[in-house]
Amino acid sequence: MSSHYEAPIREPLVLGEKSYQDISADVAAPVLGKANKSWWIVFTIALIAFLWGLGCIIYTVSTGIGVWGLNKTVGWAWDITNFVWWVGIGHAGTLISAVLLLFRQKWRMAVNRSAEAMTIFAVVQAGLFPIIHMGRPWLAYWVLPIPNQFGSLWVNFNSPLLWDVFAISTYLSISLVFWWTGLLPDFAMIRDKTKSPFQKKIYGILSFGWSGRVKDWQRFEEVSLVLAGLATPLVLSVHTIVSFDFATSVVPGWHSTIYPPYFVAGAIFSGFAMVQTLLIIMRKVSNLENYITIVHIEYMNKVILLTGGIVTVAYATEYFVMWYSGVPYEDYTYLSYGAATGPYWWAFWALIICNFVVPMTLWVKKYRRNIIWTFIVALIINIGMWFERFNIIVVNITKDRLTSSWTMFQPTFVDIGTFVGTIGFFFVLFLLYARTFPVIAQAEVKTILKSSGEKFKNLRAKHGND
Amino acid sequence: MYTLPSKLKLFSIVLMVLGLAGIIFGFMTTPKTIDDVKKILAEEEAHHGVDHAEDTANFIDIARGEEGYSGAAMEHATDLSAEGHGASSHEEHVLHQLQTRPWSATFVAAFFFMMIALGVLVFYAIQFASQAGWSPVLYRVMEGITSYLLPGSIIVFVLVIFAGEHFYPWQNADLVAEDKILQGKAGYLNFPFFIIRAAIYLLGWNIYRYYSRKNSLAQAEANNFDHYRKNFKASVFFLIFFLLTEATMAWDWFMSMTPHWYSTLFAWYVFATMFVSSITVIALVTIHLKSKGLLSFVSDRHLHDLAKYMFAFSIFWTYLWFSQFMLIWYSNIPEEVTYFIIRIQEYQGLFFGMLILNFVFPMLVLMNSDFKKVPWFVVIAAVFILVGHYIDVFLLVMPSTVGHNWGFGIPEIAALLFFAGLFIMVVGNGLGKVSLRPKNDPFIKESENYHF
Repeated sequence: MSSHYEAPIREPLVLGEKSYQDISADVAAPVLGKANKSWWIVFTIALIAFLWGLGCIIYTVSTGIGVWGLNKTVGWAWDITNFVWWVGIGHAGTLISAVLLLFRQKWRMAVNRSAEAMTIFAVVQAGLFPIIHMGRPWLAYWVLPIPNQFGSLWVNFNSPLLWDVFAISTYLSISLVFWWTGLLPDFAMIRDKTKSPFQKKIYGILSFGWSGRVKDWQRFEEVSLVLAGLATPLVLSVHTIVSFDFATSVVPGWHSTIYPPYFVAGAIFSGFAMVQTLLIIMRKVSNLENYITIVHIEYMNKVILLTGGIVTVAYATEYFVMWYSGVPYEDYTYLSYGAATGPYWWAFWALIICNFVVPMTLWVKKYRRNIIWTFIVALIINIGMWFERFNIIVVNITKDRLTSSWTMFQPTFVDIGTFVGTIGFFFVLFLLYARTFPVIAQAEVKTILKSSGEKFKNLRAKHGND
Repeated sequence: MYTLPSKLKLFSIVLMVLGLAGIIFGFMTTPKTIDDVKKILAEEEAHHGVDHAEDTANFIDIARGEEGYSGAAMEHATDLSAEGHGASSHEEHVLHQLQTRPWSATFVAAFFFMMIALGVLVFYAIQFASQAGWSPVLYRVMEGITSYLLPGSIIVFVLVIFAGEHFYPWQNADLVAEDKILQGKAGYLNFPFFIIRAAIYLLGWNIYRYYSRKNSLAQAEANNFDHYRKNFKASVFFLIFFLLTEATMAWDWFMSMTPHWYSTLFAWYVFATMFVSSITVIALVTIHLKSKGLLSFVSDRHLHDLAKYMFAFSIFWTYLWFSQFMLIWYSNIPEEVTYFIIRIQEYQGLFFGMLILNFVFPMLVLMNSDFKKVPWFVVIAAVFILVGHYIDVFLLVMPSTVGHNWGFGIPEIAALLFFAGLFIMVVGNGLGKVSLRPKNDPFIKESENYHF
């Protein structure tokens, strides 16, 4: 699949004097070893946050949506903001594994596994919100077109909220299959490496009896390509459909045709920021600095720059067309003069500073290759992209057409608690993953070791690069 | 070294001469006075008997359930011109549209070929910026195609500047004086600023083209990678510049033809059309040169990759087309739907036909991996795509400028012939100046050895 010759100008993707065996050993180490104290501390914190969030959810469902800060004008606020935020974060995983596979980017191999895991855990968090923000979540199954005793009462397929149901559920299932398929050879590696009979049993089941024959590998690659080809339009369409929730409406600020590609670009932007946040820590604590190198971080920063640039042009477009349209209602939308100076001015400027001003520093190579700075920028982007969704959803509807229904939005502790709970849940899942799953696709990394490994690049340089 | 075959050269000259004659004919035969228009309308009535416009008007009315809605929307969409608004008569409005037709016909073809050169330039810049390992063998091919950018963009520049009220109703002072919405937009839509912007696009795009070509040729002689590094940097800056100017270009030259209408996605939609057409032309030129035996270092794998891009960006175009159309259709806001009402009512066959050409056919033809390596298969797909995207540009312009008085006759065909001839001539010469094999590029060896 990959070319055998690689230009010497390309930087190595695997550092150190690594052999195939070293790769297996390095990747398997966290799974075969024991968790240290700091892992338990972080896990406990995440678990507490999760349980607190669970309490908030149970309280909401049993008491009523009124415990949130919503009002008659603002029917969507933190719930859908968090939903879109989490779905957006999930997009980088599919982008890294599918789109970068189609573009034959070798550097994706060190980061795709964790990015896909992040996708799945983020989509799980996202999937909570459409259910818990319902007034009657116990009737949620009514969104499914199943024959029933009400004279076969069906759903209306015209609603983007219904498209969401199909989009998110398809996205989760395809991502899961894609991820698991890639895991088979790696689970098999753990199965063969472990000394503990219990682990052997578990990973034997998880790896579906993978034995790595030629025919298996051929089909494996074929399946990966087909799934990547399917996942790419999927990743675009999922966030597009999420954007349709707003863009199909007639609310000023929500109704905008640029939303589909703009949301997708924003999703990749925020998703990559989250991947950076997680991997910068993971490479350190799991001793994977030879695989997730500064080059990987720089490449991801470049993707952040690209998608951030696209998002910025979309902001400028929104701002311009708001003015150009000449529609007076458009002046209170999230990217307008009215928003910049109105009661939500802080949210407007938080968006501009976090998503435009701060990421601009990544244009400088020195900052782009600075791990600490990258980590800070990534965190800021995560915050900025939360604000983007908050502004889109809340700022646009607080000042709609009728001045008599203008209002503000104030979150309650339940709104905040639920959000914190999903962050906790996400980290519970991710921390468990980091200890039980091979976090780097070692089978894939092995395919590029000889073309892109530092040791072999040096060897080739010595012998004339042929 | 490539030389434009003498037969092809003759062919392109014939095209240009025929085209030019047709264009002049188109301009000469437009009706001059209202009396001419009356004569034409009377003739039409004698031929058809029934009023065609009212016949199709019902389509939207039925869908919307409002009698007379489509008529009002049509009026709104097409009568936003000096004559139409102050409408002293229906004939005067028709006169304006008929006089605009040769302008529009020329502009559609001029822009179509210019955008191909521009799109190739963008694709070229992306190859540098992304340090692509497969495409350096095609650099000379791409540079050859972008040689059309200079003449092409100058012609387009001249057309948009001199078309005046034929295209841009906001340039009519009387109309703006009585239109509140247009007054509000005058800060952007005014003639001096319009020219300045167009000049900036022209300069920016052509400077990058000139500079990158120069560096690319110098790299072939160099023994270090300095020129490559300069090109890498220039490409990144060009891509930023392009992302911004492409958006304003689309607003200036196309969206402001119907200055009441607006859509945020519009600029990116125009980009999708441009990009997929230009990748298609790269594939076509590559196949042509390869058939002459001049690109021995380009394998069917490279063609396969180009075909994949044609396939992917056909889908991307459809994605943006659908997003824009569906969102406007769904919320059905009167200010916005006029754009599609006139396109569906008066251009129905083209409007939906282009979806088949631009989406369904490329999808079916290029889905199979083996087919993408077969030159004649790619050529078939390329023909669909290019015809489809010509129609797309046609639909960007015509409904906004000539409304339902459109046709596909001598002015349109002649413009197409003329610019096709010019394109073949300029690109043929552009390809011929240097060896088609790029040398000393850091990735050239990777590209020549490329297989997957």
